[in-house]
Parts: sequence; C-alpha cells; structure tokens
Amino acid sequence: MATLTRAQASALTNDEILRYSRHLIMPEVGMAGQQKLKAARVLCIGAGGLGSPLALYLAAAGVGTLGLVDFDVVDYTNLQRQIIHTTGDVGRPKLDSAAEKLTGINPFINVRKFETRLTSANALDFFRDFDIIADGTDNFPTRYLVNDACVLSGTPNVYASIFRFEGQASVFATENGPCYRCLYPEPPPPGLVPSCAEGGVLGILPGLLGVIQATEVIKLILGTGDPLIGRLLLVDALGMRFRELRLRKNADCPVCGATPTIRELIDYNEFCGIRGEEAPITTTVPEIQPVELKARLDAADDIFILDVREPHEYQICNIGGHLIPLGDLPARMNELDSSREIVAHCRSGVRSAKAVTLLRQAGFGKVKNLAGGILAWSDKVDPTLPKY
Amino acid sequence: MKVLIPTPLRQYTGRQSTVELEAGSVDEALCELTTRYPELRKQLFTAEGELRKFVNVYVNDEDIRYLERERTLVKPTDTISIIPSVAGGSVAARRGF
Repeated sequence: MATLTRAQASALTNDEILRYSRHLIMPEVGMAGQQKLKAARVLCIGAGGLGSPLALYLAAAGVGTLGLVDFDVVDYTNLQRQIIHTTGDVGRPKLDSAAEKLTGINPFINVRKFETRLTSANALDFFRDFDIIADGTDNFPTRYLVNDACVLSGTPNVYASIFRFEGQASVFATENGPCYRCLYPEPPPPGLVPSCAEGGVLGILPGLLGVIQATEVIKLILGTGDPLIGRLLLVDALGMRFRELRLRKNADCPVCGATPTIRELIDYNEFCGIRGEEAPITTTVPEIQPVELKARLDAADDIFILDVREPHEYQICNIGGHLIPLGDLPARMNELDSSREIVAHCRSGVRSAKAVTLLRQAGFGKVKNLAGGILAWSDKVDPTLPKY
Repeated sequence: MKVLIPTPLRQYTGRQSTVELEAGSVDEALCELTTRYPELRKQLFTAEGELRKFVNVYVNDEDIRYLERERTLVKPTDTISIIPSVAGGSVAARRGF
C-alpha cells in the first residue's frame, strides 16, 4: 500500500514526534510504526456508538486519513453513548460534529466526510481509497453490504456489534481469514429481529467494543500482535466476562468461498427482507388518533386502556393503562372484557398493533390501536409526558 | 452439562442465562432445552426442524458445523453456546445506512 510518495508523506514533523512520543519510545510502534499509522487510511462506517470511541482513538493515535460515512443528525437519545457528540451538537449532522472533534484532538490528520447512506452503488468506490474498513453500524443490510464489499475489494473489515450489555468483535475479510457470511450465511427474517421492547444498550458497551475495534485497526496497520482473525470475541459487560469462539473460513461461503456465487454487490435490503426501508410500518389494524381518544375519555366514554409495554417502560411514563406486556398477552387475555371497547398502546404503536391483531383473532371485536403510541400522546395531547 | 442462552433468547427461558441439563449429543441437548422451553423452538428451528441459518451452536469454542453438526457428542463437562446473529435493538438502528 505504501507507494514512494505516501512513504515520503508519512515522514513525521517535530511537532508530530513530540505528540506521538509515547508511541515512539515503545519498540512495538517506534518511528516505523508511527509512519505506518500516518500513511494508513481507515474508513469508519457510522459515527455513532461504536464509531465515536473508535474514531476518537484512531485520530489520537495518528491514523493519517480517517474517513467517516454517516448521514444522520445528532439527537438527545444519542448522547448516552455517542461520546464524540455533545449536547450543543444536537441537531447538527453527525459528520460535522465528529470531524470537528477529531481535528480538535489531532490537527495533523486528514478527515474525509462522506455524508451519505452507504449503498451497493457507492460502497466499492468509497472502499477503494481505504486500507481498512471499521464497521460501526448495527443493522443487517449494512453489515452484509460492508462484508461483501470488503471481500470483493480485498479490504479487511474490523467488525463489532452490540446488544444490550453484550457485544461481539472480530476481524473479517483478511486474505485467508473468514468473513461475516462464513459465520452467518443469512440474516434473520425481520420479524425475528428484537423490537424496541427487547432493545436498548448499556451506554458504555459501544465504548468497550469500539475501543476493541480501534485496537484491532491499529494492530492491523502496525502488523503486530494477534489480530482477531478467525476468532469471535464475546463480551458480557454484566458478568465482565470475555470469551472467544473459533471461526473458520467456510469453503462453501457464497462470497469468499472457493466458488463464490456473489461476485458483485446485491440489493441488501431485499436480501435482508426489508422492503421500502424508510417507509413507516403500515398497520392494517383499526386505529384511533390520540386527540380523538382524549376527547372520548373527556366525554367519559367507557374505554379500557391497555398498555402492552414492559414494566420498566411503564415506570418511565404512562397514561394509566392496564399493563400487560405483549409477550404475556396470550396468557392474560382473561383479564380483559371483550364486551368493552379497548384501546391498546405501546411506545410507538408497533407492539400494540400486534396486540390488536392477537386480540381480534381471539374474538375481541372492539379493539383499536392508539396511533403513534404514547410518543404521539405526548406530542398531541400531553406534552408534560416524557418521551423516550 | 451447561447450555449458555444469549441475551435475545432469554425472554424464552424465563430470563435464565444458563440451563443445566443432561444430554449425550447436541441434538439431545437442544431437544431437552426446547421441551423445557417450547417457545424457544421457533427461534432455533425452522418449521422443517432445521437449525436456523442465523443461529450458530458451539460445543466449547468449536462450531458444530465443523464437528458432527447436531450429531456431535457431548460430555457432562462440555458447554454448549447458542450464538444468534444480532443487530442493534432499536427501530432507529434498523433504518440502515
């Protein structure tokens, strides 16, 4: 990768020598290693939970060219874990916020912003200019897109993913190592992906995993240590246990196997069973708007409010509904009176739509879904109700 | 022997993270597990009874696909890990890039 011009360009100035002195005095990095870092070009996909610590440490370590792909805007719910962004950044594009912090930490690096969605049409073009890709996104279409584009372009993929208080990390798509498809040939169908009821993430977890990604990136650049190639690291933050599983390159892998069937990037939303990805989830169940429900409750109409969220969500805010978590509903339908009018709600309306379907199948004829859930209630009826 | 249940599947095992059971093979262990927790069956197996492609099973640190698959023999001291692929949890995280 190091052409003559890039090697020359990676010579360190005196200011840089002072800045990187704690690297330079250790033999595992030294002048040669620091110049490799300066010559290196790393593309971080996503400037969120994993991308924050990842990019911050890579910038501090002196990785010469840091690319960032993101198209999102900072919001308040990001700040619990996306430590590259501050309260004052809410509403700003994540890329502008992140680039400012990175050049603030290290003005000697070159930050390249790609303010766009990574797609099958642009991924290979972007990847061409980088030596290592660090995948900090957490959705299946992008994960398979990044994996395939890394395999097709011969670029290592430093991967991590997080769920609640557990994380995984590995290094995929190195010359002889396995890729993500060797581990999981296919994604789960969308219905089996956990919903917001089971979601959430401990804020420090992307910190732990993002720093593991940064460590692997640095090791790959320096060519030192034992990278996580062929190993899947499992991190359990609650138990504070680290385990690893052996990963093998699958000879029948559709993208990196001996006779690959995937030779170019495909439609990853279709592959992951997601159609019209930004389209709101359409429900065919009967709905009632928050304002209408409020008017009818004020008129003392007999309406039973059923809250199908989890108990810990009820503690955040509630509108006095009867709490039966969606998962418990089949076993607890006897608590409901099918002769009464019932309005089911959850946080945003997805789980309660499932509840309405379940109840209607069970013979409850007068059940409706509160459109937009308790979030819409907060927006349209009672702004004092906190949103989460 | 021990079966380690990953976080996303603990809602089907009464929040248990570890299940102790007796089995001579992976097949027997998964059969016993899904008998004890019937809701887990749909998560782990297709309607045809095949292990789902996004669910990997390990005996200790080795993927059963590179052993004898479900026929892999196990000892009482072995640990079976079920490792499904996961991606984020929030709806926002699924919007894609």
